[in-house]
This record gives sequence, C-alpha cells and structure tokens, in this order.
Amino acid sequence: MKRNLPIFAVLLVLLAAIALANPFFLEPAGFLAFVKRAAPLVILAAGQYFVIVSGEFDLSVGSLVTAEVVIAARLIDGNEDATWPVLVLLIGFGLLVGLVNGAVTTLLRVPSFITTLGTMLILTGAVFLWTGGAPVGALSQAFRVFGRDTLWAVLILLAVGVAAALLMRADFGRTLVATGDNERAAALSGVRVNRVRILAFVLSGLAAAVAGILLGGFAGVSAQVGQGLEFSAITAVVLGGVVLGGGRGSVVAAMAGALTLEALFTLLNLYGISGALEFTVQGVIIIAAVAAGAVRLPRIFTPRKGDARVAS
Amino acid sequence: MSTTGPRVAEASASPDGDGRTGSGGPRRLWTALDPTKVVYLALAAVIAIGWVLVALDGGAFLTTETIVGIQQRSAALGIVAVGQTLAILAGSLDLSVAYLISLSSLVAAEVMEAGSVPGGVAAVIGVSALVGLVNGLVITKLHVHAFIATLGVALIIKGVLDHLYDGPAGRVPESFQHLGYDRIGPIPVSALLWAAVAGVAWFLLAKSRYGYRVHAVGGDVEVARLSGIRTDRVVVVTHVLCSLCAGIAGLLLASRLGAGVPTVGTDGGYDLESIAAVVLGGTALAGGKGGVAGTVGGVLLLAVLDSVFNQLEVNSFFKDVVRGVVIVAAVALYARRRTS
Repeated sequence: MKRNLPIFAVLLVLLAAIALANPFFLEPAGFLAFVKRAAPLVILAAGQYFVIVSGEFDLSVGSLVTAEVVIAARLIDGNEDATWPVLVLLIGFGLLVGLVNGAVTTLLRVPSFITTLGTMLILTGAVFLWTGGAPVGALSQAFRVFGRDTLWAVLILLAVGVAAALLMRADFGRTLVATGDNERAAALSGVRVNRVRILAFVLSGLAAAVAGILLGGFAGVSAQVGQGLEFSAITAVVLGGVVLGGGRGSVVAAMAGALTLEALFTLLNLYGISGALEFTVQGVIIIAAVAAGAVRLPRIFTPRKGDARVAS
Repeated sequence: MSTTGPRVAEASASPDGDGRTGSGGPRRLWTALDPTKVVYLALAAVIAIGWVLVALDGGAFLTTETIVGIQQRSAALGIVAVGQTLAILAGSLDLSVAYLISLSSLVAAEVMEAGSVPGGVAAVIGVSALVGLVNGLVITKLHVHAFIATLGVALIIKGVLDHLYDGPAGRVPESFQHLGYDRIGPIPVSALLWAAVAGVAWFLLAKSRYGYRVHAVGGDVEVARLSGIRTDRVVVVTHVLCSLCAGIAGLLLASRLGAGVPTVGTDGGYDLESIAAVVLGGTALAGGKGGVAGTVGGVLLLAVLDSVFNQLEVNSFFKDVVRGVVIVAAVALYARRRTS
C-alpha cells in the first residue's frame, strides 16, 4: 500500500487545484459530473491493469470501444426494444475479443503487443467493412442513459471498482501478479499460467465493452470514439505506479491513475491550456511522473529474459 | 571494452541458438528456415498468388507501373522500419516516429520555402537527431520504459504540431520534388534512398562494433553491461539513428506532397505499422535477434499485399483485416518454429 501513496497524493493535489479554480467542483453535482466523465477511462484502466500486471499489453481496447459503439448503433438503430438484447451481445463480444487475444497470446505464443495490434487492425477493418465505411444507425434512449445519467455512470464505476479490488484480493489476483512477476516460478508452484493470462485479457475485453457502453451514451456515435484510448489507459495504469512488464502494482492505484489523468485534463482546461498544448503538457507530465517513480525505486523494470513470452 | 563486445554478441545473437533440430525431414527443413527466409518465401508466395488472382481478374500484375507503385508505397514505411529495426534490436521501441515524420515534413517545407534545400535537409537532420537524443536520454538516464518515454515524446510533438499548424504549410521547391517522383528506369529515386538507408543500417549491424553491441544490449542488458559495454550510450545512439530514419522519411514525404503536412505521419500509421513490419520480418520484439534484411522483406510483403488488393479493387477496410491476420499469423509461425 505504501507504494501507492504518491499517486493518491498527486490526485488530491490536482483535485484541490481544480476546486480552487472552480468552486462548483466541491458541490456533489460538480464532483459527480467529473466522476462521470472519468468513468470510461477508469474502467478501461482497471481492465488494462489486469493485462499489464500479468506482463502483457492490450492495444486493442481503443478499437474495441469504437467497435462496440458502432455495433450498438447499427443493431439498435433507434429501436428501444432492442436495447437489452444488444447490451448482452456487446458484453459477449467484448468477452470474445478478450478470449481471442488471450488464446493467441498464450497458446500461439505471439507477443501480446503484436496480437492486440493485429486485433486492432482486424476490429476497425471488420466493423467498418460491415457498416460501409462510416457509423450508421442510432442508439436508443434506454441505451444512452448509462453514460449520460450521472447516477448510472457512477454506480457502474463503483461496481467495477469494487469488483476489480475484490478480484485482486482473491486467489485469481495473487496468481495473476505471481504470473507477471515470474512466469516460470508461478508455473512451477502450480499456477495455470495460460489460463490466468487468458482470463486477464477477457477481463480487459469486458472492461472495454462496459467503457464502450458508457462512452456511447456520453459521447454519442462516431468513428473516433475510442481513438487513442489504449494509450490513455496504459498511461493511466503506469501513472498509478504499475510496472510495464508485470508483477508489481495495485488495481486501485491504476484506477487512481486514470482519475489523475482525467483531473489533469480538467485542470488544463480550467487554466486555459486547452486543445493543442494539452498534449505537450500531458507528455511532459507522464514522463516526469514515471521518471520520478523510477528514481525512487531504481531498476524496477528489468525484462526477465528467462520468460518464454519475453524471449519470443 | 572493444574486445569483449563482439564475443558477448556472438553468444546472444547467434541466429540458431535456440532452434533445436528435429529428427523428421519436414521438421528439419522447418527449423532450418530462419524468419528472414520465411518472410522472403512468403513474399514470393504472395507475389505468385497475387499474380494468379489478378490474371484471373483479367489484369496484369507485374507491370512496370505496379512494380514502381510497390516501391513508391513502401519507401517511406521502409525507411522508418529500418530505424525501428535498430530500436527493437536494442530491446527498445519507438512510438514517436509518426509525429516526428509529420514534424520533419513541416520543418523541411518551412525552411526550404524560406531558404535553401540543403538548409531544410540540415534542419530536419538536426531536429530528428535532437528528438532521438531526448528519447534515448529519457530511457537511459531517467529510467523510463521505452514505451512510455517515446509515447510521452510523441504527445509532446503532437501538442506542438496541433498548436502551430491547422493544415499543410510551407512549400518544397521543384528541385527537391525530384526525390519523390523521379525514377531511373523502373527504380524510383525514393526506393534507392530506402536501399541506401537499409544498406547503411545493414553495414552497421553486421560489420561494425556498434552492431555487435546493439545485439548484445538487446539480448541481455545486464550481461552486456557486465561485459563492459556502455549500454546507455548504445541505446541513445540507436534512438538517434531511429529518429534520423524517421526524419529522412519525413523529407521524402514532404518532397512527394510538395508541402509539410501535420497529419502525414499519423495518417500513414507509421508508428505501429513500422513495428509490425519489423516483427513481420522476423526480428524479435524483445530485442537481440533479427536484422534489416527481414524488415525489408516484411515491408515489401505488406506493400505487395496492398498492391494486389488495389488491383482487385478490394475494400480498404478488408485490407486492414487481412493485414492484421497476416501479421499475427506470421509471428505465430515464428513462435512455433522456436518452440517445436
């Protein structure tokens, strides 16, 4: 827990800075609006955490979010009755994509960077092939309520957060971290390494599906809705002190990292560094934050060449 | 240190170090093929299949026009991928190349409009070397993982580009546009430039001490350090070279477009696509194994696929699907070979 303290301190400072510039932020409505806006990224970060802590990457989540929203719009097409069946289908699709990512990475021994890069190309290609190049159809009101209504969004976020924290405290969490820390040692102590990793990818797919549902309601249907989200999610997780390469970091800190990133965007907007230079500031801060973490804990990232996955 | 470098490299860079020889005939053949040969066999197969498909469709595949097209299409990606090969071989990777390409095209066009062609080229070389230096120093001195370091630098460049430019800017003089469009017989000048860059990189990797050190650092940083290699310096030099390649690609694209374009790098997807091409060419993503020859094959394979699809007038989204499948399938094949 001690390792997580920096990110919470940074988050608190950022939140205080926002509150100073904008007192409305201190009121429940203002704060909850912020939480609602942050919810998709926090959920994606939780999903990405499972994959990263097991020693892998998931670059497909951004395109999966786009795919989910585009599929939902085309299938629902404004028909309220279709909402629930489509929601079930979207969740199933997210699980399936995660399963494929996990199976290809573990059973075919393709590095996850390449697996999920391939999935990214395939998903965007296939979805727009299906809709003829641009999103078609419309979402129903019942569908949009999840991302648009503050109460729903916050409740879903809380549910995901609690579930993720509980999952990491259960046996699954321990075996997941053990796998990411030292694959061979974990396997020798009886962990079914492949199964644990596949499950991590499935959870990431599920998180992307939920984030897609929220973003569809919040931001509406567009071909760019998920663009770059994979990098934002990875950045958030790393900001939370989770180590690329696996084996270290907590899911709560990863989610706090996502909140911090979102608070940073909000703050930059408030102080008028909106739009373009926002990216520059973001880039500097990400490097600085990770560098600060690396200085305190020297050599936290050492590629373990003994691992079959790393060596391939 | 100069005497220990090559020895370490030989141990960790041996191409067949982990390929066990099977007993059966087909298996022996399979393990005898290193990824570089596999990618050229695949290239030959794709050309043959493409030729048949296009012929059935009523067209002619290997015309001068398509061959020139394939070379033109692959030159920019090819140059970036050569640089990316160096970075990946050294156990790093570079996600900032796409934005650096855009930046380079703008720097080239702006300086060439105001001053001279050599000035523009020099400015691009300076800017890209500086970006590579920053990448390398952040990774080695601040101990930031290459993924995050180069992603951060990419964001910094993106912010600057978005802040300064809304659209195409600057102008490239006619004399410089020859680089993008001229050809000598069936060979475009851009392809010659690619060949030159690949040749230099091949020479550095195969014949110079630097090459041995790159393989050693990518194979195992700790062992390389203990053998007396200044690993940080190798990584920094590698990132400078990788960024220089991106800068050259930016020059090429500027000459082809006649101006600097802030979206030219990201539209081409040069960051992830160059990594995909390198891995398709058999270089291990974890570093230490592979080479430029495979990368050239990987880039050509992607370009030939593209060309076949264009001639068959296949939907561009379908192209993405096939490209994704090809990349994953190829790497799965290489992985099988290593473990069977």
